[in-house]
Amino acid sequence: MPGKSRKVISSMSRRSAAALAASASLALLATACTGSSEAGANDDPNARTTITFWHGWSAPAEVKAIQANVDAFEKAHPNITVKVVGNINDDKLNQALRAGGSNGPDVVSSFTTSNVGKFCSSGAFLDLKPFIEKSKLDLGKLIPKPMLDYTQFEGTRCALPLLGDAYGLYYNKDAFEKAGITSPPKTWSEFAEVAMKLTKTKGDGYEQLGFMPTYHGYETVVDHYMSQWDHAYFDQDGKSNIAKDPAFAEMFTYQKKLVDDLGGFAKLEKYRNTFGDEWGAEHPFHTGQVAMQLDGEWRLGMAQDAGADFEIGTAPLPVADDEVDEYGKGFLSGTIIGIAPRSEKQNAAWELVRYLTTDTAAVVSFANAIHNVPSTFEALKSPDLKVDAGFKTFLDIAQNPHSNTPPASVNGSTYQTTLQDFGFQYESGKATDLKAGLEKTAEQIDTDIEQAK
Amino acid sequence: MATYTLRAKRRRSALRTVAFLSPWLIGFGVFFAYPLVSTVYFSLMRYDGFGTPAFRGLDNWAYVFQDYPMFWPALRNTLWLVLVMVTCRVVFGLGVGLLITKIRTGVGVFRTLFYLPYLAPPVAATLAFVFLLNPGTGPVNSVLDGLGLPAPGWFTDPAWSKPALTALALWGVGDLMVIFMAALLDVPKEQYEAAELDGASAWQRFRYVTLPNISPIVMFAVVTGVIQTMQYYTQPLVAGKVASGVIGGSGQQFEPGYPDKSTLTLPQLVYNLGFQRFDYGSACVVALVLFALAMAFTALLMRRRGGLIQAGD
Repeated sequence: MPGKSRKVISSMSRRSAAALAASASLALLATACTGSSEAGANDDPNARTTITFWHGWSAPAEVKAIQANVDAFEKAHPNITVKVVGNINDDKLNQALRAGGSNGPDVVSSFTTSNVGKFCSSGAFLDLKPFIEKSKLDLGKLIPKPMLDYTQFEGTRCALPLLGDAYGLYYNKDAFEKAGITSPPKTWSEFAEVAMKLTKTKGDGYEQLGFMPTYHGYETVVDHYMSQWDHAYFDQDGKSNIAKDPAFAEMFTYQKKLVDDLGGFAKLEKYRNTFGDEWGAEHPFHTGQVAMQLDGEWRLGMAQDAGADFEIGTAPLPVADDEVDEYGKGFLSGTIIGIAPRSEKQNAAWELVRYLTTDTAAVVSFANAIHNVPSTFEALKSPDLKVDAGFKTFLDIAQNPHSNTPPASVNGSTYQTTLQDFGFQYESGKATDLKAGLEKTAEQIDTDIEQAK
Repeated sequence: MATYTLRAKRRRSALRTVAFLSPWLIGFGVFFAYPLVSTVYFSLMRYDGFGTPAFRGLDNWAYVFQDYPMFWPALRNTLWLVLVMVTCRVVFGLGVGLLITKIRTGVGVFRTLFYLPYLAPPVAATLAFVFLLNPGTGPVNSVLDGLGLPAPGWFTDPAWSKPALTALALWGVGDLMVIFMAALLDVPKEQYEAAELDGASAWQRFRYVTLPNISPIVMFAVVTGVIQTMQYYTQPLVAGKVASGVIGGSGQQFEPGYPDKSTLTLPQLVYNLGFQRFDYGSACVVALVLFALAMAFTALLMRRRGGLIQAGD
């Protein structure tokens, strides 16, 4: 009997297990593959309504600042109430835009400038052209060109800039003084010398590292480095240009040499593992673990808030040795804002988008509060804008005509991730043939883009 | 007339059977058959969540198998985890269960101590492990350094990242410990007494008495372990992100499967393709591969199990 009952149990559990296996696997599939719907609305912007605004800010000061702007908007538009939802990343945003529904967002924003191509080409963000024309906005006179460029894709303007980010060099002035360095480096050759001078070893680690050059060193990613070389990610046919444009090979070669000269990948990686979180007070630049840092304009306020006990210097990032005339440029990105295509309150949503992106007082107060670069000409020259010497560096970078950002692509930032992946291989020494590696990466980028079309 | 009555009876009986089965049939249709058919359908389509799906034939399959650079590393990692992590968890869970059933005093305390980690949320548990095993500041490597032993890079070293994930899985083995304990306590004592009278050693008692009695539970643990591992997502993703230093922020690029794709798993690809690239077609291809693997492993284990039961009987 025990044997028989075991066989019955065996037979049952066999079927149950098979069913369980099948159900569990398919639960995953069911969520991935869903249907679609279309929406659209001709709502009255003067009617009493409530719209939902999704944004990505999560730090208390940032949330307070955006809420203050929304409060000011509600005061100016008493018929529109705004429900604000914070801490939204692109993954959540993309899923909600596809799902639609009455609880979905009307106004949406993203920190990922490089996803604009995907947002515009897929229709995830509504084309704003009819609204801009209706409001008679001349964007060319309102917003700097680089910011206008990174908020559209192949002629479709599906977003507007809501403040911008400019990247530059932060340096520890005290450490510079101790090392006898009088000014920030302007070329990458000078930069390598300065980084070496500032580096103090201790045992098999460092007492102070001049600069963390690895691609995992927070903002020292491939596209941020590349902004300081004249380069083109794609050729005129839209094919990857990274294997043909010598600037890419120059950058990879330079970065790899810097990694080797500063102690080698393994040693640097071990040291990197002692760093605090990028967004916390224990950031290695705040603690003095590194003497220079490539970062966005927000670092200044964060370092001051963290109580950094040294004088902070800011400067544009160095440029390639033969491009000194372009010194002053930098990498640009920023928050983008648009309207959900399935919103049924698109006119009311546009009122909020227009207010947040073009109202000078709103742009200035928000820029002052979160230490970002204003995204309109009027705000940039506003007397109310709080500008100290450190922050002015980033305002200048934002307005430099050579400042740049990677071009939008139909598959968003995937091509940058692919190039970055090769960077990880090359800096660690796993890939040694740079030319072959760049060619293979270019092929992969083209294949991925073709797959996304 | 008699034939008619018989037919009517059979029809009524069939209807009654269907009526009793209907809750299961509805569930099966909605949660299994429909998703399966949809997944196969979408795997042949170009679809990004907007507009109308467009037929693409086998292009998505070709892309995933030939051109998607993360597929093969993720498949290898998933198979590694299925073979090594599941085996280690079952063996360790059984070992802990055996140990707890042998302890005379303080059983409750040990049971609680071994079970508690299982209750820790996966994200929190993974974060704790990444900090404990941090090669620069973690206490584990400090101890190893102090003892003069080699200190691995754990989650920062492609050779050690999966063993580190396995260690994390072993730490949370409380679920298996509980079911093995229940099974071990259910083995008839008279069988052990008879084996002892026959002069069986401890190993022989385990092999010929314990193991056959608990083999259905072992099989349950293995099959559910395989299924869980096929869906292994949170821990490798969190470990990779935290160890790489990228935890989110201004549109930062995260290295998938850090370090060197060693923590990539197939469910991460489903997420990457389906919810980050919005290439639902390719996501469905990966999901179907997962489905086929789960079914293949389950079928294989079921066949093996038949042999084990007969040997035990």
